[in-house]
Amino acid sequence: MAEIKILKNIMDENLTQAALNRQWFRSRNILALNLIASPGAGKTTFLEQTIKGLFPKYKLAVIEGDITGDHDARRIEALGVPVVQINTEGGCHLDAHMIDSVLSSLDLDGLKYLFIENVGNLVCPAEFDLGEELKVVVLSTPEGHDKPAKYPLIFSEAQAVIINKTDLLEAVDFDIDRAEHDIRRLNPNVPIFRLSCKTGEGLDKWLEWLGTQGTGNREKMTGSRV
Amino acid sequence: MHELAITQSLFKIVLEQAQKAGAVKVSRINLKIGRLTGYVPEAVEMNFNLLASGTIAEGAGLKIEWVPVKVLCRECQKESEQQDLGLGCAHCGSINVQIAGGREMYIDSMEVDNG
Repeated sequence: MAEIKILKNIMDENLTQAALNRQWFRSRNILALNLIASPGAGKTTFLEQTIKGLFPKYKLAVIEGDITGDHDARRIEALGVPVVQINTEGGCHLDAHMIDSVLSSLDLDGLKYLFIENVGNLVCPAEFDLGEELKVVVLSTPEGHDKPAKYPLIFSEAQAVIINKTDLLEAVDFDIDRAEHDIRRLNPNVPIFRLSCKTGEGLDKWLEWLGTQGTGNREKMTGSRV
Repeated sequence: MHELAITQSLFKIVLEQAQKAGAVKVSRINLKIGRLTGYVPEAVEMNFNLLASGTIAEGAGLKIEWVPVKVLCRECQKESEQQDLGLGCAHCGSINVQIAGGREMYIDSMEVDNG
């Protein structure tokens, strides 16, 4: 019987591929965003509105992640933006290998933004770095102001938080100040954008901030892990 | 948590390292798991037992050493352990902290038979 020292990260394989992806995006000056939220928070609608604010001025591409089907990819396609659909067939998150496997099917020449819409899930995507520059978490008002406290990992990892569906604030019991307070407890300096994709309120501030983001911002912003 | 993906990675590393060491049997795997990871031991064990069946890792025990959540305060520069998942400095109460521990998920060591 012998004890052998291993000291190997279980997530090593994904981390290694994620680092490769990140390097690949940065060397081409592509700003890659990982959009994470619960199902129904409004990720795809938020992405549509973001695209409308950037395209065709900037060259964009989208990677859609879903368990099955191409429902979301078809919505993006309707906007004239190149999109690839990844089906995980049961997997609850995208991983770095999946991203790598579809990059060759996108025209990345001169690309400014790559939006990756993750599988609807606030838990697992926090553990799987895709090589993105920015993790953007979307929380919608009907979900409840207690969600940041209940899902601390993803909110502490976010480089931006969107509080979506502010148009429904009166109809649901969402204490927006409480939600922001809990988010700040986990992630003191994260920019939080209150907006409504329905009315358009707040979208301009989000687009303005996004315009200030470039590759290589990540370490400055989080100052924590990876 | 998505224990199957984690377990598959774990199993792959265990086999690779066992082969590298020339082991004929793996009897125990010592893991260091941070409290922030949301790792569920029973689920990983169940999946691991299925994957390891018929291999040199069959029957290997998974021993977990839990790593507490630690934060480094940007205000007072001190480290403190967190009891729950609301992050704040235990010394000065500031919420301006960075995570210094609790995200670990690694294989520390393995107990093997070399035949």
